[in-house]
This record gives sequence, C-alpha cells and structure tokens, in this order.
Amino acid sequence: MYGVVSVVLFALLALYSNNLVEWARLTRAGEKLYFIVPIIIAFVFSFVHGNFTSYFWDALGFKAANNNKSKK
Amino acid sequence: MELNFIDLNWVNISLLFIVGFVGGMVSGFIGSGGAFVLTPAMMSFGVPGIVAVATNICHKFPKALVGAIKRHKYGQVDIKLGLIMGVFAEFGMLYGKHVMSIINKDFGEVGTSLYVSAIFIVVLAIVGGFVLRDARKLYDAEERGEDVHLHKVTKLAKWVRSIEIPGTMMYFDAIKARVSVLFIVPLGFATGMLASSIAVGGFIGVPAMIYVLGAPALMATATELVIAFVMGLGGAILYSLDGVVDTRLAMIILAGSLFGIQVGAIGTTYVKDHTVKLVMGVIMVIVLFSRFFYLPRYFSKLGWIDPLPESTMTTLKWFGDATLALALCVGAFVILGALIRGMAEHRKQHEILTAQDGIED
Repeated sequence: MYGVVSVVLFALLALYSNNLVEWARLTRAGEKLYFIVPIIIAFVFSFVHGNFTSYFWDALGFKAANNNKSKK
Repeated sequence: MELNFIDLNWVNISLLFIVGFVGGMVSGFIGSGGAFVLTPAMMSFGVPGIVAVATNICHKFPKALVGAIKRHKYGQVDIKLGLIMGVFAEFGMLYGKHVMSIINKDFGEVGTSLYVSAIFIVVLAIVGGFVLRDARKLYDAEERGEDVHLHKVTKLAKWVRSIEIPGTMMYFDAIKARVSVLFIVPLGFATGMLASSIAVGGFIGVPAMIYVLGAPALMATATELVIAFVMGLGGAILYSLDGVVDTRLAMIILAGSLFGIQVGAIGTTYVKDHTVKLVMGVIMVIVLFSRFFYLPRYFSKLGWIDPLPESTMTTLKWFGDATLALALCVGAFVILGALIRGMAEHRKQHEILTAQDGIED
C-alpha cells in the first residue's frame, strides 16, 4: 500500500518538477510563502517512502542479526 | 542573486538515486552523518555548494525524526539533552547560514562551493584521523578479548561534571549526572554551525556528547538524531526562505537513502565494531582527497589564480569524481559484502539449530 502511494508521490514529483524549480526561484525573488513547499514535501515523502522501504526489505528477508537470534 | 538548479535527466536521476542509496547505507552503517558523502556527491553533479547543503539538510530532518522515534523506543534517546543542544544548535545554524549567505552574495555560488569544500577538507581530516585511531584501538581491544562495549567516562567529562555553576546545573539521563548548561551552549552552537556549513552536524555533536559530557556512544548517536531534527527543521526553513532548496534533488536522494539506510543498519549487526569505524574512516579520507581535485577549478573561476585551460579543469574534475565514486564503491562493497556473508552464516547456524531442535522433539 505504502509502495503504491510512494510511486504516485514520485510520479507527481516528476510531473511538477518544473513548478518546484519555479517556486524556489519565486522564493528567491521575494515570494517568501513558498518556503513551506519543500518542508511539507520532505515530511510526507519521508513518512510514506520510509514505511515502504521498511516493508520492502522485510519482505525480501533482510533482517538484523539480533532479530534472528531472538527468533530461534 | 544568480543561482542555477541543475537540469535533471534520466542519467543523473539514476546516478543521484544510487548515490542516495549508498549515502543512506553509509549513514545507517555508521549511525549518522552519511551526508558527508551526499553533499560532495551533489556538488560533483554541478550543484552549487549552498544548494547542495540546503538540499541535504531538507532531506535529512524528517529522516532524523523517524530515526529518533525508532530509537526512543529502545530507550536510547535523551530528549531533554537533545532539545537543549538542538536549540543552541539552532543559533549556530543561524550564524553558519548567515556566513554562507554573505559568501554567496560576495563571491557567488562558486564561492560557496569553495567554502563548503574547504570546511570538508579540514573537518574530514580531523574526524577521519580520530576515527581511524579509534578503529585501531578497538581492534586491539577486540584482539585482547576485552569488552569493547564497556563505557568509560573520559577525564574531560569527569572534570566537566565536577564544575558546579549555581543556577545552571541540570540533570541528564544520557550521562546520569548533573552538568552545567553553560558547557552545552558552545557544543550545541558548534554542532549547528557545522551543520549549516556542510550539512553534517553529527561530526561535532556526537563526539562532544561522548568525550565532553561522557554519554555512552549509543545514547550519543540516538540523541544526535533529536538535535539533527530540531536544527534540521530550522535550517531547512531558513534555507528554504532563501529559495536555495532543490526539492527535486532532495526527494531523489531521499528515495535512495531510505532504501540504503536500512541495509546499512542491518549490516552493522553482522560486523565487528572496529570494522564500522574502519569503513567510516577510510570513506572519510577518500572523500577528503576527492575535494582537493576541485579546489583549483574554484580558485580559477574566482579569479584567484590565472585561468586554467578548460581541458585541465575537465581532467581535474574527472579525477575528483572518480575518487568520490571510489569512496562510494568502497562503502557499498564492504557493507553489502558484510551483510551477505553475515546472513549466509546466520542461515547456516539457524539451519543447524533447527535440525537439532527437530531431533530433540
């Protein structure tokens, strides 16, 4: 589920990448309110994508040594 | 102020993703501070120093929050110490960013690239040296069969704790002792200032907590995540207000590094302590050397030396990029190698154990 959302988010990022560059330029030009855009995007991406990658490695069977020990 | 964001195509997007992955892996492997490969790597792609640092900070702070919450569950985080150091780090950040903005104004983006490179060279030389020395000590201790996890409070930390300054004393869980806040102010400030200059504050924050305050390494790296979040959020807002954060880059790096960070963290559980330090030290030294190749180019562009022919600049840049790529490859190779070997051994042991269990049943 997180994987799907993550892919959608990155697709949106690619789609709107020119806007992001433009907003950064506008911030430099004085439109200070656009500063919030990178901050919000960073939070959302990191939450969704972080959860996805965690499940991803779990599903592939990559586990820490300690976990294996406690399991046996 | 004239500033250019780089053009993205499939080639550099893929490369940035890989760089993010390896950077994340190094980050997860050594606890924190993978940004010391990410900032120079972004600069190799032609990203100006100020943008590389700002973008790096922006991709780091939510990651630090996630990490801090995770490690808080294991009881490794001293929130009070983290927040207090974080607040003073914020001031350091503010000052460091002010310096960066002045350089950008007076010398342009090449000036910021030179500034970032120079600080990298100095800091990596010092920290890399210490880390390699530590690796050697740990190796000797492991050979002698000593418990390397035994936490020893340094003489300096004992002295710091013994100083009573009325009205400023505070108890911290991480060190299980009272210490004057006045000692924490410069540590936090320096951490923040370094973070705003090269996007890696942990190089000061973590050793400061271990050697000056006497916190155990595990608590220091976990608490550093709180500091990284507090000052990272502040720093990201500050740089973003200047419009120098390249969100596209930040998210591509984030995409790779979130995959990498977990591989790195898992990797540490399969290797000895001195290996972690050795890998960290070696990567630092290689990154340090890679920056040297870029310096003449910056000098030339700033007009501080006679203009270099284009071919010389290209060759130097090629050497710099290649050295950096070598650092990344060494990191990736060692960590993945350790992980694959370790997991295979574990599986074998696990199979033997389950076979034995079967007979007992």
